Amino acid sequence: MDDIASLSYESAYQELEALVAQLESGALPLEDSVKLYERGQRLASHCQTLLEEAELKIKLVDEAGLNN
Amino acid sequence: MQTYSVGELTRYIHVMFDADAKLADIWARGEVSNLTKARSGHWYFTIKDAEAQMRCVMFRGAARSVRVDVRAGDEILVHGRVSVYDARGEYQLYADHIESAGGLGDLHRQFEALKARLDAEGLFDPARKKPIPAFPRRIGVVTSPTAAAWHDMQNVLRRRFPLLELILSPTLVQGAEAPTQIVRALHRLNRETEVDLMLVARGGGSLEDLWCFNDEAVARAVAASRIPVITGVGHEIDFTIVDFVADLRAPTPSAAAELATPNREDLLLDLDRLRNGFSAMLTDAIQARTNDLGRMRNALQFVTPQKAVQQAERALTDNRRRLRQAAIRRLEQLSERLSNRRGALDSASPAHILARGYALVSDEAGNIVRAAGQVSKDQRLNVQLARDEISVRVED
Repeated sequence: MDDIASLSYESAYQELEALVAQLESGALPLEDSVKLYERGQRLASHCQTLLEEAELKIKLVDEAGLNN
Repeated sequence: MQTYSVGELTRYIHVMFDADAKLADIWARGEVSNLTKARSGHWYFTIKDAEAQMRCVMFRGAARSVRVDVRAGDEILVHGRVSVYDARGEYQLYADHIESAGGLGDLHRQFEALKARLDAEGLFDPARKKPIPAFPRRIGVVTSPTAAAWHDMQNVLRRRFPLLELILSPTLVQGAEAPTQIVRALHRLNRETEVDLMLVARGGGSLEDLWCFNDEAVARAVAASRIPVITGVGHEIDFTIVDFVADLRAPTPSAAAELATPNREDLLLDLDRLRNGFSAMLTDAIQARTNDLGRMRNALQFVTPQKAVQQAERALTDNRRRLRQAAIRRLEQLSERLSNRRGALDSASPAHILARGYALVSDEAGNIVRAAGQVSKDQRLNVQLARDEISVRVED
């Protein structure tokens, strides 16, 4: 189920916020809360890795078109 | 209460003026009035506009190199530094260069005219401003590859949000050919790339240097861009037409890079906050349920099965006892009835009657003789007494 690795920062972060809101509502059965918690942790570390390991990529687009 | 002498206070102000980089190297524009060219060769004059005026002094050395004819009422451009003349407690402009404003004045007039026209067309309308994406993935940069601005922007972006892909769309940022190149650079980004944000930037410069960013075609190209544009042209005080048309104006190229991206440090802190929030929430959720469980368990004390079982047992023994009693009573009733019956039976039984002295006469066939007519003379009969029998013969 580990689709998380392919998520962009923005979508991972948005899902994380949604999970927090759900957990905050407190209406969830305990088992679901635990599942959400685990997924939240994995999302958070995915975001963290993205931030820490990211490399700025620079390209150039000129009259000849886009190239590295 | 601390007090300052006038000298100390003035010196403090003086130092403040001299410390300001901008005031140390500035162009001012105004109309000349009360001009005095002293025999010493020094010039004293004031420049003013509709709102304010400023005293100026130009020492002999600089005054000699002024090429334009300066007369009261002329609109001039003065370069120099603004500082404080302690003795009079006044600030003034120490001029080192004067130009007639005619040349630059035209540029200003053109600037204002174009600005008014585009404004009237609604190109500056805030409603048109496109939102800046919170987490951009690909940023297009329209600037000169050799300019310090491009270098500074890369550093800012690398520090703040390296998850990016940066696409440089190179162009001249100064001179007559610049406008067409800028327009082409903008189009390339709009056409060729999946860019979600664009930065249009160049470092500081004079009014002429930045002039290409006041070009109408450039302004319209920025307005027409489907991609949000942040401009970072010149220094804080420099405003160009593209700044008004852009979706967001930044005072400098680096500031544009900062406005374009979230800051990695903040995001990392945010993630920690979320993570802590998460564990706190989960522990709360578990804690809440443990408390519920505890409450539930206490409540159970009162209705535990043991009690119910005991109650059931008591009821059972109760019923059994009652059952037994009922059975006993029933038996007693029956036996009573039985003995009555037996009593009645006994009293009605022949043995009882015989015991009372009666006898039972029957013929040899066992039939009971109830009347004399049933028998004939000399017939042998049997007589049943209480405890034994005798046989007899009928006489008559």
